[in-house]
Amino acid sequence: MTSPAPIVRQDSRIQRFFLRHEWARGYALLSPTLAVMVLAMCLPVFMLAAHSFWTQNYLTIDETFTLANYEQALGWLWGAEGAKPIYIRLLWKSMQISFGVTVTTLILAYPFAYFLAFKVRRNKNLWIILISVPFLTSYLLRVFTWKIILGFNGVINSGLMSLGIISEPLEFLLYNPTAVLIVLAHAWAAFAILPIYVSLEKIDRSLLEAATDLGDGPFRRFWRITWPLSVPGVIASGLLVFIPTVGDYVTPKLVGGTEGIMIGNIIQSQFGKANNWPLGSALSIVMAIAITIVVLIFLYVMSLGRVRAK
Amino acid sequence: MATSDAIIKITSCSKHFGPVRAIDDVSFDIARGEFFSLLGASGCGKTTLLRLLAGFEQPTKGNIFIDGQGMAGVAPNHRPTNMVFQSYAIFPHLDVRRNIGYGLRDAGLSKKELDGKIDQMLELIKLPGFGSRAAHQLSGGQRQRIALARALIKRPKVLLLDEPLGALDKKLREEMQLELRALQRNVGITFVFVTHDQEEALTMSDRIAVISQGKVLQIDTPTSLYESPNCKEVAGFIGTMNFFDGTVKSMEEANAVVDAGPLGDVRTRPFAAKLPASGASITVAIRPEKINLNPSRPSASHNVIEGRMSAAAYLGDRSHYYVAVKGRNAPIAVAAQNVNAARSWLGGQDQPVWLSWREDSVILLDR
Repeated sequence: MTSPAPIVRQDSRIQRFFLRHEWARGYALLSPTLAVMVLAMCLPVFMLAAHSFWTQNYLTIDETFTLANYEQALGWLWGAEGAKPIYIRLLWKSMQISFGVTVTTLILAYPFAYFLAFKVRRNKNLWIILISVPFLTSYLLRVFTWKIILGFNGVINSGLMSLGIISEPLEFLLYNPTAVLIVLAHAWAAFAILPIYVSLEKIDRSLLEAATDLGDGPFRRFWRITWPLSVPGVIASGLLVFIPTVGDYVTPKLVGGTEGIMIGNIIQSQFGKANNWPLGSALSIVMAIAITIVVLIFLYVMSLGRVRAK
Repeated sequence: MATSDAIIKITSCSKHFGPVRAIDDVSFDIARGEFFSLLGASGCGKTTLLRLLAGFEQPTKGNIFIDGQGMAGVAPNHRPTNMVFQSYAIFPHLDVRRNIGYGLRDAGLSKKELDGKIDQMLELIKLPGFGSRAAHQLSGGQRQRIALARALIKRPKVLLLDEPLGALDKKLREEMQLELRALQRNVGITFVFVTHDQEEALTMSDRIAVISQGKVLQIDTPTSLYESPNCKEVAGFIGTMNFFDGTVKSMEEANAVVDAGPLGDVRTRPFAAKLPASGASITVAIRPEKINLNPSRPSASHNVIEGRMSAAAYLGDRSHYYVAVKGRNAPIAVAAQNVNAARSWLGGQDQPVWLSWREDSVILLDR
């Protein structure tokens, strides 16, 4: 009698290791992303943090530890000698513009997402593709397009003039914070629409029917059911728009003029024309921390609101 | 049927979804205070009918009257009905109290009165002290009760229930069936209950409408529906049924004698309603539990046939047997209570058995 052949093939040691440990499989799956994140994110941030404690000496960098850059950036707050208010004021203005952009974007995005979630029955995917069509062109081009629309001899001015509504071109359309707000709100619309759409789409339709069944008309039902259940999506959208727009410098540079300049422009110039990387780094870090604080305060207030709702 | 005290009147109602006739010319009444079930397989139109009553769908043709008032063009939020949804539709962002009190915002109650009403409801559904629970902390059975309380607190004229017990496990479901029935008697509200579970419908209902392909086949009490179904479809849907094709041979003292092929001559109970004509093609139907198993030939002269045991299934309280009969492909289903030594039948595959049944156990149906 020959010995019976093994029915199952034995797994190798490595295979057995992965079979036994769920976490190992998880990290294996994550590892390419993790590598990119570490190299492409943590490293630059670390470099930025390091630079912010150094000093620029014309063409070389003095690597002795100093807080001078932070004093220059924030010193005005406590009246440090020679510190200028421009950085704090620009940061504050950037926050205001971004807040305006966020609110505008959300107000425009919510009805769109609502329409998409509740009114579009067929070809939903087509609509979602249409939302992302603007992203096929470059960000720069889209900003330039707005210049054509808002400009001195732009679409709006020449249109209004040919209709005889105005005799001279409107000058307040371009090169001011409002222009920045309009362009940014348009640029980030898709990022606001999608999270709100997802949170609306997720709402069980029987909840809406139940609310109607219990006596609610359409508007009351919206405020009592639809809105509270879509708030997480609105918060996500708001953060998704607010955080990146604070530091934006392309849009303010192209359509903001001198009035519409933002903190991002100052930071960019430190790394460019002004050639002061350490100050630029310190300003970046100050901005990042400021945004984090604002977001945390916002989330804290929201969580308070939700606790009260229960 | 013209019930004088009908709370719901459905008059030649149809609902079409494109080419599909979900409800096809349906007319019937539901009496005040009745526990009325809409029974049918999935996709038969029973839920559509319920949604027509609730107002979530408008009929393509015909009309619905609730308490004498025509419901054409009346929105769901203005109807005197409330619904318990299949998914329960508990509002996830509200706690139990707010869920139950949801529909009373406009009732003009003070906070104290509202709290009193909610407490009363929590008592009724046997969940006192659960008021501050969040929706996600509730089990399926608890959700079901809260959905019920939320609808009942509005004191609707009609409560609509869309398979509310479908998601519960068997034991809880049986418990809830009795509880729901007791609750309905207690509050005295008309219940319209949609289910695909015939046992559930039989247990709970005053009357049942059997629905198939958008049409109502029969409306009757559970007993009548089970004991005298009016067509093959109803007979087959409610419980298990053995069907045999046959031809009426003769009528003897109002008993029909039917030549049922392999079964031989079958004698039936006297027929008062409609006497089948001699020579008519007809279907003979016999319930499995109405057939007796005998180890040897019983003394009766008719309604007896010999067969062989082909399969048996032991279900604890009862057993199901399948008996092969010469000249017939499908075995005859027999159900017997396991009162004593009934298990002895399970042993012998292929052992010969004699089947017998009483004349009044035979149902005659149009082929």
